[in-house]
Parts: sequence; structure tokens; C-alpha cells
Amino acid sequence: MATIPMQQSIQEVPWTLPKRGTVAMACLITAESAIFTIFVVAYLYYLGRDTVGPKPSEVLDVPIFYTVCLLSSSFFIWLAERAIDHGKMGAFRLWWSITSLLGLTFLFGTGKEWQKLIVQDQFTIKTNLFGTTYYSLVGLHASHVVVGLILLLLTLVFSLAGAVGPQHAYRVKTLALYWHFVDAVWVVVFTVVYVVGR
Amino acid sequence: MDLLPLNFAAAFIDSHGTSVFSAFSTPGKEINGLAYFVLAISAGVFLVVSVLLIHVITRYRSRPGDNSEPPQVFGSLQVELAWTIIPILIVVVIFLSTARVLFSVQDAPKPPDALDVVVTGHQYWWEFQYPQYGVVTANELHLPLSTAASPRATYMKLTSADVIHSFWVPALTGKTDLIPNRVNEMWVDPQATGLFLGQCTQFCGPEHAKMLLRVYVDTPEQFQQWIAAQQKTQAELNTSASVVTVAAATTTTSDQDAKLGQADFEREACMACHNVSGTMAFGRLGPDLTHLMSRETLGAGIIPNNAQNLKAWIVNPDTFKVGTLMPAMHLSDKENTEITAYLLTLK
Amino acid sequence: MGGQSISIGHTIDGHPESRGARSGLLAIFESWIFTVDHKKLGIFYILYGVVFLVVAGIQALLMRIQLFYPYNTFVSPYTFNRLFTMHGTAMVFFVGMPLIFGFANYLVPLMIGARDMAFPRLNAFSFWISAFAGPLLYSSYFAGTGPDAIGSAPDVGWFAYAPLTEHAFSPGHAMDYWTISLLLSGIGSIGAAINILATVFCMRCKGMTLLKIPLLPWVYASSAFIVLVAVSPLTACQAMLMIDRYLGGHFFDTAAGGSAILWAHFFWIFGHPEVYVLILPIFGFASEIIPVFSRKAIFGYPAMVAASVCIAFIGLGVWAHHMFTMGMTSYSNAYFTLATMLVGVPTGIKVFNWLATMWGGKIRFELPMMFSIAFLFQFVVAGLTGIMLSVSAWDWQLHNSYFVVAHFHYVLVGAFVFMTFAALYYWYPKITGRMLNNRIGLWHFWLLLIGFHLTFDTMHIPGLLGMPRNIFTYEADRGWTLMNQIMTVGGFIQAIAVLLFAVNMVYSYFYGKEAGPDPWDAWTLEWSTSSPPPSYNFAVDPEVFSRRPLWDLKHPEDSDSAFE
Repeated sequence: MATIPMQQSIQEVPWTLPKRGTVAMACLITAESAIFTIFVVAYLYYLGRDTVGPKPSEVLDVPIFYTVCLLSSSFFIWLAERAIDHGKMGAFRLWWSITSLLGLTFLFGTGKEWQKLIVQDQFTIKTNLFGTTYYSLVGLHASHVVVGLILLLLTLVFSLAGAVGPQHAYRVKTLALYWHFVDAVWVVVFTVVYVVGR
Repeated sequence: MDLLPLNFAAAFIDSHGTSVFSAFSTPGKEINGLAYFVLAISAGVFLVVSVLLIHVITRYRSRPGDNSEPPQVFGSLQVELAWTIIPILIVVVIFLSTARVLFSVQDAPKPPDALDVVVTGHQYWWEFQYPQYGVVTANELHLPLSTAASPRATYMKLTSADVIHSFWVPALTGKTDLIPNRVNEMWVDPQATGLFLGQCTQFCGPEHAKMLLRVYVDTPEQFQQWIAAQQKTQAELNTSASVVTVAAATTTTSDQDAKLGQADFEREACMACHNVSGTMAFGRLGPDLTHLMSRETLGAGIIPNNAQNLKAWIVNPDTFKVGTLMPAMHLSDKENTEITAYLLTLK
Repeated sequence: MGGQSISIGHTIDGHPESRGARSGLLAIFESWIFTVDHKKLGIFYILYGVVFLVVAGIQALLMRIQLFYPYNTFVSPYTFNRLFTMHGTAMVFFVGMPLIFGFANYLVPLMIGARDMAFPRLNAFSFWISAFAGPLLYSSYFAGTGPDAIGSAPDVGWFAYAPLTEHAFSPGHAMDYWTISLLLSGIGSIGAAINILATVFCMRCKGMTLLKIPLLPWVYASSAFIVLVAVSPLTACQAMLMIDRYLGGHFFDTAAGGSAILWAHFFWIFGHPEVYVLILPIFGFASEIIPVFSRKAIFGYPAMVAASVCIAFIGLGVWAHHMFTMGMTSYSNAYFTLATMLVGVPTGIKVFNWLATMWGGKIRFELPMMFSIAFLFQFVVAGLTGIMLSVSAWDWQLHNSYFVVAHFHYVLVGAFVFMTFAALYYWYPKITGRMLNNRIGLWHFWLLLIGFHLTFDTMHIPGLLGMPRNIFTYEADRGWTLMNQIMTVGGFIQAIAVLLFAVNMVYSYFYGKEAGPDPWDAWTLEWSTSSPPPSYNFAVDPEVFSRRPLWDLKHPEDSDSAFE
């Protein structure tokens, strides 16, 4: 029950440490990137190895519009981050709402795409190797969009209730980092599935 | 309940044991040369470190009553560099030696007179095909001897019908896995005749431990004789045999049982899984039984091949190998006796 | 020696029980079960690991009894296959990981002068979710049906190769228990890793630059980084397996064109770095204990840091040395041979630095040091058999034989378990305030040493004589019988040793000699506070000027800050 007191420093050198929220989010992003990498590797490995079922070029339509929606949402969330940094809560709520809307639109687009594939093309996760890898990879990404959207919408609700202020800028920006990650992953998934794979 | 393999003594004449250091083939010998080299280096490193450790703990023990602290030394760049660079050099040497053997064995060009064998792993037995001769057999592999005077390598393609297995006969050479939906390759040139033992070395299910291998290395003449015998169908063997038996007096009970047994075999589910060339039985799910009696063992090497074991196996394979995929057929004792008698004629 | 402790009276730490509002068992239960305190969670992790060490150890003994002579019928093949699967899985995920996370939790904040981990609630969540995984997996024993208990505990080996794990070959729910419990354990591991990295980077006390933190937090940062990058692939391929088993997917469905070798790649991309996750903290313990008992600073601190980071990075690129027999190209085999050998270089550097630390020192043969010396010797042997296995051409003979089993048990028992015991003897006084009994400890040490060598030295030989692993019995004529019997005897001796330790832990908790804050005359910040520390760790935030703050205090005329 004793502590040895350490000396006080003679000169006050500024002691700074990285912020734990940023470090933690960077770690989470690293781990998630590893998971996505494995699914991408599986997707690429199985490209062209199907002996039955449709090929990517036969059933996939390139979702340009929905991709634009998702990627531009990164721009709007950046605007929201700037707004909260400058204390402009009204602007923050606007940009944040647009971001959420764009994310929802993207999810709607994925849903539409899958509906067409499953109902019209009779193409499911069981159909062939392409089916398995496609739905897994795109589905994994979509699940991350869902999680991101839940967090975004919660923040929006809190913000509309007046509970979010400039003092929360750091936390909001940490969440935005996650959203940027989700968008960056889509760039990779889009390229692999709709560009390279087709 | 397992029956102990009681009369195995005869089967193990000329067995070469299962030590990896025996290596009766070119790849095996190259691997061993490399192994001895690496062992020597490892022993050297071990000796150096052990001597240092023992020296340190004896020379630098604290003396009783001495509470002073020794001089504090924080590091030395030269020493760090020394024990970084020297190990890297050792690694380079071992790596280059390994690479030489690796490429020499794995990428060895296939000689035009090589024997082709296709190995397919099943839960829990081995299927061997000799595509050049149209021979299909199971569990006991025959290979021709390779000598300096007349070299004859065997090139094997390995795959699996179900899960991953691994083909390992330590006294011959290293192992290669049998992977479904994939064909792996290995080669061996056995340099001593006799029996070589091995077993499956990749866990493949409950009876993985009883998926044994028996490789018989024959002289070239013995090998050709074996191939010739395997190539004959039962009908051909019976034709050549019946010339003799017609001269005999009456047919014996076992001959009658054998005929009834063949009918049983073809009527019951046996033929759905087992192939007997020259008859109606053409199933490929279980081992090929065409020349069953030319084998010394049953059940992938676990029990001697005799009438008693054969019948017991047919009655209930679980007696010897619980979890094997052949079910107990629940036939009557009469049918079991007849089928056994029939199988005993499959030489 | 080092007694500059100034008593500041009874702790003012705000524990519920000292408030007097609630008392007794309920309060203790609450303060432990709902805790977010890194010290309590650390103790939970460590106790959890020790409990499963005993459980999985008993499973090992059952296997050794079955293998005592050929064609033994002590257990059925089904039971045996479950035993080795559960033994391996439990030892890695419910013993190895909890033990390292336990020590991380307890020690890292104390060593860097922090009040707790960066995210205390995430810490509690990580513990409880991974703790749930162990009982979940073991409850699978009750899930089987029929006389052979089909679908009971998993029986496919801890690496669960496909397609043996697909529905066609593994009916029932055994694989599902394996997958889900490891998924939960993985989530806990990733949470703990995030916490460790955030703590080491963001919670250091004043003056403690990254190059002044003790080596233990450094190795934990490296280990945590590997967890982030390596446990995720396991999560991914297990998700793929579940997609195959339940959604009709074909990732590893070889009948539909899927690839069995892909599972092997993904699993070992996790499985190999996993062993570096386990061993790096062990190196951290050695780097803390060996200097204190040699009375010298660690030799080559920057080299040790560089070596830890190198091991973390290179270790991510060696996985296919588990797959040399699977038919990869000669170029692939060559690459993985070289990479595996190279990762031995930083590992060797560490061993030499430890030896150099002892050189010129004044070695005290207390129990932590005795276990450390055994660790040094055994780790070198294990590393050398590892080099032998990395020689891909020779691995074609040695792979999946008892030589491999001997190698990895040499690392996991000879290095990991021995050094964990060193750490337990070293830090038990800090955690509980009492010393572990020395006499029982000596019996523990010598019995464990003898039993370990009896079993695992011998084990190399059947491997060289052709004995494969994962077999529930063997042929009498192979010449393996005597060695199996020796191995079994050694196993029981080790069991007695571990039992003695468990007794020691309990006995010393009540009757051990009082330790005081600094029983070993050590130099890192955890020894500057009481034993056990108050809940807030340090009454005054420490400020440090060198790597050994307490050495500087005890030896102001020869302080480290003058040198490095």
C-alpha cells in the first residue's frame, strides 16, 4: 500500500500521445481488411473455375449509380466532419443526413440487384462457385454498410435531439473513419467483382 | 473389439522397417543426405549455445553474501551484427542445399520407360491403377526394382475420392498428400526388393489409423508375372484352371459354395460396390476384388487374408475396423459361407 | 535492497466493500463479475487458462494411456479423435490465448504507468465473450446421438481440414460447435488486441517514449498486431465453412469444384502467425525476468525491439511450411523454406541477447530464473527441430509424424509452459501480495523438467521411425511400443508437477510469506506500487527518464538515464 513518488520534471516538455479512438479504429480497420482480403482471394481464386452455372458477365450488371451514391457519401461525410469541427451543427446535420440517405440508397441497390439475380436468373449462393463467392463477398460488404448505417442513423437521431455538439467532434470523426473504410472496401470489391471478374 | 493380427510373422519377411533413414530410393537418399547435413549444423549450433549457457550459469552465479550489482552493459553493435550475420549465412547455406534437393527431386524429368501408377485415396483404403497395363487393385502396391544397371522409376499420380489422405512409406521416400479435386505427383525408384510398410498420414476420419500401406518391390521378372496375373480376368483364370479340374472327379462342396457364392455376390449389394473383372460385378465404391486372394492382407493391411478373417469381415467389418464404410450386410450364415468360398477363388 | 517505499497509509481506493454500504459475498461477487479493472480481468484470464490447462492436460493423459500399447482398447477411435481435436483446440484457444491476454491485461498498464487499459469495458467484453467459448465447445460432448455419439465433440483435428469438415463427412453439429466457439474466441482476441495496441500507444506515463517502455509491452504490441491480421483469416474461413455447411456454398466442397487446399492456406495463414502470437509474450517474460535475476540490464534493447517486430512481420509470410506435402510448385516450396528459416534469425538474436544479459551478471537461481534457464535450453532445441522441419525436402518425410508433434510440444510445453510458470512465480507476489512456496516450487520444477524431457525428447524417435500423428493405435511390429510407454510415464510425471503447482497457488494464497512491493529487487514500474496494487495503480502519475525507473531510484549514482 505504498507508491514510490517519481520526481517532477525540471522543464515542462510537452508530452503528447496518439488518441486512443483513432488507434482503436485503425486497428479495427486493419482486422476487417484482413477478413475482406481472404474473401477477395477466394473470389479471385475461383474465377473461371466453374463448370456449371452462369458466368459473371452473364448475370452481373455494373451498379454504376449505386456505386456513385456510396462513394459520394464519403464526400458528404467529410463535409459533415468539417462542419462539426467548425461548430456548425445545422450544416453537420444536413451533410450527415445526406450521407445516411446515400448509404441507404446503396443498400437498396444491392437489394434490387440480388432480387433480380435470385428471382429472375435463379442464381443463388448454392448455384456454383461464382454464386458462393459473389454473395459472400458482396454480402460481407453489405453487412458492414448495414452496421455503418445503424451507427450513422443513431448519431443522426442523437443529433436531431440536440445531444451532439462540437465537443463530440473527435468521436464523430472516428465513426466517419469507419464509414470511409466501408467505402474504400467497396472500391476494391467493385473492381474485383464488376471490372476484373466480368 | 479388434482381433490381434496373430499370424503376421510370415508377412513380415523382408520388411525393411519404417525408419526415414532407410531410404531405399534416389529421392529418399537425396533427402537423407540433406537431413544429415542439416542435423550436423543443428548439432553444431546446439553445442555452441549449450556450452555458452552452461558456462554462463556456472561462471556468473552470484556468490553468497555478495549484494553488489555487476557492471551494467547495455549492448554492443558489433556483437549484434555478428550474431545476425552469421545465422543469416548459415540460413543461406542450408537453404541453398535444400533448394538443390528440392528441385532435383520435385522437378526431375520423367524417363520415357517409367511405370505409371495412379493412386486414389478412399476412406479407408487405397486404390491403385496401372493405366499402362489396365490393372486395378487395392491396398497392396507392387513396384518393380530399380537398379543402376536397369533403372525403372515409378511415377505416381495421387488424388482422392473423398477427403485428404497422405501416402507415406518412410523407408522408400517422403510423403505426398492425396487431395480431392487435385492431382499431385511423386516418383520413386525402389532400390531393394521386399516389403515396405507405410500408412495414411493425413487424418481422414475415424479409421485413419488403420489405413495401412504395403508396397512389394519385385524384381522385374516377378513384377511382370504379377502384372500378367492381374491382367487376367476371373473368367480367363477359370478357363485355364478348369482344364485341370475337369479331369478331377466330383466337384467339392466348396466348389459348389463358390458357385452359389458368385450368385449371392451378384444378387446382393456386393456388386454395387465391388468390381470383379469378367463378371457382372462392376462397382467402384469399394476395393477391386478381382484378385483378392493375391493379397496377403485385408482391410488395408490390418489383418491376414485367410478364410476365417474373410468371413468375419463380410459378416461385420466393424469387428476389425469400426467406422469403415462397408456396412454389416446381415446375410444368412449360409450366404456368408458361400460368398467367402467364392471370394477364395479370386486368385 | 530497494526499499524506498513511503507508506501513505491505507488505500483510498473506493472499492465497494470498503464503502460499507454492502458487504460480504454479494459485494465481492459484484465487484468481480461486473469489473472492468484490468487487474481483476487479468486474474480471470489467467485462472481460466490454468483451469483449461488441467482439463486439456487430462485429455492428453487419456490419449497417452490409449497409446501405451498397440491395439489398446482404452478408448474407441471416435473418442480418441475427439480427444486430440479438443486437446489441441483447447490448448491453443482456451489456455494459450487466455494466459497471454491475462498477463497483458495485468502487466501492461502497470508497466507503462497507466491507471487501466485504454478501453476497460471493451476489456470486460473481450474476456467474457472468449470465456464463453470454452464451455460452449466442451458442451458439444453432450450433443451427440447414437452409440458412437455422432455429432458430439469435434473429431477432425484442431486444424479441421476440408472437406472432412463438410456436411457430407461430418454430420451432426460437432463442426458447428467448433466453428462458433472459435468465432467467439476470435472476437474476444481481436478486442483484446485492439485494447493492447491502444494502451501501449496512447496511455504511457510522462517521459515514457516508445523506446523507453519495457520490452514486455513491446512484444505485446507486436503480438497484438499479429492477432489483428491473423485471427481475422480464421474468422473468414470459418464463415466460409458455415456458408458451405448451411447455405449450400461450395468454398471447400470438392465435389462441386471447390478446393480443399484453399482451406489449408487460409487456416495456416491464421495458424502459423498464431504461434508467434503465443510465443512473443513468452519472450517478453524472459526479457523481464532474466535481467532481474542476472542483476544486469537487458543486453541490446533496440535489437530486441527490432527482432520482435521482424518476427511479427516475417511470421506472416511463412504459413505454407505446413503444406510442403500438398503439391505446391518447387518455387513455392523454396520460398516458404527460405522465409521460415529467415524467421529463425531474429529469434536466434533474442536468445543470444538473453545469454549476453546473463554474461557478466550475478545470477540468482530463484524459481523464475530456473524456469527461464530451462526455457532457454528447450527453446533452442525446439527452434532447431523447427529448422529441420523447414527443410522442405526433409519435411516430406517428417510432416505429420510424431517428429512434428515433438517439435511443437517442445515449443509449447518446453518454452511456453515453462516460461509461463516463470512468469507466475515472478508476478504472483505482485498479484496476491504473497510469495509462492519455494519448497513445493522446487518439486514442481524438477518433476516437470524430468517428465517433460522423458516424454518429448523420446517423442522425436517414433517420428523418425515412421509413426504418424492423429492415430488412435498402431501396429505392434513397428517398434514404436517402448517409446510410447516412456512417453506415457513422462506425461504422468508432468501431471503431478502441474498438480503440485495448483496446490502451491492455493496454499500460498493463504499461507505464503508476505511479499511487499518489490520482493525481487526489480526495476519496472509495477514494483513501485503495493502488492497487490490499489485499484488505481499509482497514487501519483509516474514520470520516467529511462527504461528502468526503479534502477535509477535505487542507484542514483549510476542511473540508466545517463547512458540510454
